[in-house]
Amino acid sequence: MNKNLKEQVLRSSGVNVLKCMRCGKCSGTCPSYDEMEYHPHQFVYMVERGDIETLMNSKSIYKCLTCFACVDRCPRNVEPAKVVEAVRLAAVRQQGNNHMNPNQIPEMLDDDMPQQAIVTAFRKYIK
Amino acid sequence: METFTYYPGCTLRTKAKILDVYARASAEALGITLEEPADWQCCGGAYTTAKDEIATKLSAIRTLNAAKTAGRPLITVCSACHNVIKQTNYDILHDEEMASKVNNYLKLDEPYCGETTIYHYLEMLRDVIGFDELAKHVTNPLKGKKIAAYYGCLLLRPSKALAMDDPENPTIIENFIRAIGGTPVIYAQRNECCGGYIALEDKAQAQKRSSSVMKSAEDQGAEMIITACPLCMYNLKKNSDSTLPVYYFTEILAEALGIKGDVNE
Repeated sequence: MNKNLKEQVLRSSGVNVLKCMRCGKCSGTCPSYDEMEYHPHQFVYMVERGDIETLMNSKSIYKCLTCFACVDRCPRNVEPAKVVEAVRLAAVRQQGNNHMNPNQIPEMLDDDMPQQAIVTAFRKYIK
Repeated sequence: METFTYYPGCTLRTKAKILDVYARASAEALGITLEEPADWQCCGGAYTTAKDEIATKLSAIRTLNAAKTAGRPLITVCSACHNVIKQTNYDILHDEEMASKVNNYLKLDEPYCGETTIYHYLEMLRDVIGFDELAKHVTNPLKGKKIAAYYGCLLLRPSKALAMDDPENPTIIENFIRAIGGTPVIYAQRNECCGGYIALEDKAQAQKRSSSVMKSAEDQGAEMIITACPLCMYNLKKNSDSTLPVYYFTEILAEALGIKGDVNE
């Protein structure tokens, strides 16, 4: 377990993972549930356990749509999306570990793709 | 004639011009002038919840400060800009460390401490003009038209920062639909995500989400669906298997106000 990494994720997210009562409502309401290897409730308890690197290496961190459903619907105000965000940032902040190369973007576009999608992807995938 | 500071954001200048032109024309028709701050910057599209992200929040603060300096409330219309700007302002008000780092960097004449009032365009219709008053300006009501309001994720959540409506049982767009003479259709997926920016790298996931939203609206008898978000518009139109028409709420507002034909798209 990497203690520094756990502290970094806790500080960056501002989340108190110990408040989680394992009800699973976050994962139940997550629109990306089927696409994820690790689900929102698992992020919370894996961070509690200090198992951060497993999450950083999983594609699950790029499946969160930032829809804030789990943030609003958590009965204990744990706000799991903030943990997902902090783990994803820990990953893309690593040197050479951007999730998207700007050169790839033109081939992903069509005539109607809004700029909003592109700038959001930059925020989410690239540091 | 009341004047508000108006933040269009990047997409309203490009792929979502019609969301913008009908917003401006309708505001004028309702006695409100929308004035853009000089040199505004893109909001970034997504709010980063991480407490150690400061630089990514500066453009929103510059916009908020421009409205404060002009002494006017700030109007947003794109759901994403609205979300980013409101969450940023909430953080400035509730996170002293973030506020101090931001102000230390920006060196404004006077620190920005969350003074600006932010209204989404829909909130302006509800809280500044009033839906009853809006109804009086309607010359071309969408009589009996069954309209599904699509909130998606960004308009309502996180509710403690956005403070716009009940995040699970919202009424603002339904009341807007009533004010312009239409009949709102309530359906299960109205406040669930369309897939958002995942459309860029995982089209299949966006198709799954958006098709589910459209089917939910169709099953309840909707004849059209309306949104405030350019990315929802894109996904619902391009990434769903439905032919249900999708419109920006500002376009049907202009239609109801009888000014649509006068506007140059």
